Amino acid sequence: MTASPHSDPEPVVRFDNVGMRYGRGPEILRDLSFDLPRGSFQFLTGPSGAGKTSLLKLIYLAAKPSRGLVSFFGRDTATLPRRDLPDLRRRIGVVFQEFRLLNHLSVFDNVALPLRVAGKKRSDYAEDVAELLAWVGLGDRMSALPPTLSGGEQQRVAIARAVVGQPEILIADEPTGNVDPEMGMRLLRLFAELNKLGTTIIIATHDLQLVRMVDAPVMTLSNGHLHIRPSRGRRQRDADQREAEGREALDAMSPPGTDTEAGDE
Amino acid sequence: MSEPAVPKPPAGGNGRLLPPDAGRDRPLFLVAAILVFLACVAALGARGAWLQAQTWTSDLESSLTIQIRPVDERDTTADAETAAEIARSMQGVRDATARTREHALALLRPWLGEGNLPDDLPLPLMVEVELDSETVRAGSFQPEALQARLDEAGLAATVDDHSRWAAAVRRAATTAQTLGLALLALVAGAAAAVVAFAARASLAARVDVIDALHLCGAEDRFIAGLFQRRFFMLGLKSGAAGAIFAGLVSILVSVGGSPADMAFFLPQWATDPFELILLALAPLLAGLTAAVSARLAVASDLRGRW
Repeated sequence: MTASPHSDPEPVVRFDNVGMRYGRGPEILRDLSFDLPRGSFQFLTGPSGAGKTSLLKLIYLAAKPSRGLVSFFGRDTATLPRRDLPDLRRRIGVVFQEFRLLNHLSVFDNVALPLRVAGKKRSDYAEDVAELLAWVGLGDRMSALPPTLSGGEQQRVAIARAVVGQPEILIADEPTGNVDPEMGMRLLRLFAELNKLGTTIIIATHDLQLVRMVDAPVMTLSNGHLHIRPSRGRRQRDADQREAEGREALDAMSPPGTDTEAGDE
Repeated sequence: MSEPAVPKPPAGGNGRLLPPDAGRDRPLFLVAAILVFLACVAALGARGAWLQAQTWTSDLESSLTIQIRPVDERDTTADAETAAEIARSMQGVRDATARTREHALALLRPWLGEGNLPDDLPLPLMVEVELDSETVRAGSFQPEALQARLDEAGLAATVDDHSRWAAAVRRAATTAQTLGLALLALVAGAAAAVVAFAARASLAARVDVIDALHLCGAEDRFIAGLFQRRFFMLGLKSGAAGAIFAGLVSILVSVGGSPADMAFFLPQWATDPFELILLALAPLLAGLTAAVSARLAVASDLRGRW
């Protein structure tokens, strides 16, 4: 599975020639065309200021593109009535770089927020929330207020809040920036677990070690343009295929019975 | 890594999505209470003016005056008696009383002083005519008919039905009432503007909450509802404070007693159900105004987002 342009007939997110600018400023993002196929996992990297956060904002429906087409679950956002947006947002989980926890609410209440907003009853979700918090290692901090937590703990609260509603898309902006490598691994395992269950995942990160740990496509933004490097497995398959095609072509060209060395690198 | 045992979720209900404002709302509470107080006073004043004008115009309309002009070689006192008799014979007249020369002198005394008038000074005499209440209510009494009868009898008499005065009083009362209602409208408008301003400020201070809720997929009305409830309660409380204070002032004014001319402008306190209803309604109206302004402010902010 790759993030190559329009290979999936029904991607969860499709960008088509998308450009974005703030006000009358220059275009921050230019001519972005890609699909996030259902159940895919990808990284987003690029130097600071390359527009990663702006691209994520487009994907979590916090900003509108200035041109081009963005569609979610097959629906064009330009023609979407405003009242349909909340429902769409509930299908998207976001881990913000700066967490955006509500400091007056307990850890438990922060994590339960998306469920509460969706109109669910506390008695229906309380145990799931507690279980999730235990899983991210915050089982004993459920009643704590975010300002009393360490950066890493806050980050885990933010992640728990993003995944609690079992979103179809999970967007994480530097989700392992504040945790030790062991917890980073654990969180990555959580993302992989969710991905196995069908969640489409996009992780923006500078952490190349993290990128190396998962064989996934890497989207790289620079100067507002997007470059997509397929996963190692895909590249290998493509290379194998090219090799096979090359061999076939050579086989066709060569007189029968002649050995060739085509395809060897 | 072993999975930790699942702990129990914390007991108790959900935390409040909007943080308590810890005194930030206090100045707003005060301003809103003062505005509600002023609005109540304006409304009570307008009502007082209306009641006062009712009493005065009905006093004026329920009586007529016949003036007997002094004419040479006629006995004004006798003419006054005759005029009173004629008036009494008219349909709708309850009573008619001829005032004596002493009464006329008494009316002049404040202006001309005691004993400065010659005994033979010709003075006009008055006949007071009182109409019965039914005739007043129907407005069926015709002063022209009385005038015609007096003319027939050859009296030098003029009927004054006070309509000039009644109209003036009514005009004054209408002016006072309009003024009161205009004040009420202004104060209510100011209250709404203040609350809308405060709602916007409170919104700006709570933009993190709105962001988080908005991006979690909260509907606009869910977010607006939070602010609406808070501002409704604030409006209700400050409205109650303002109304209670207005009620107290109104009682003080009426217990302290006010001269009739002052009563025209000051709220009257009667155990009048209208006033009690007005004072009871004020907090509710303040709450609703606050809720609606807050809702509009939040809605306009949210429309600015996507």
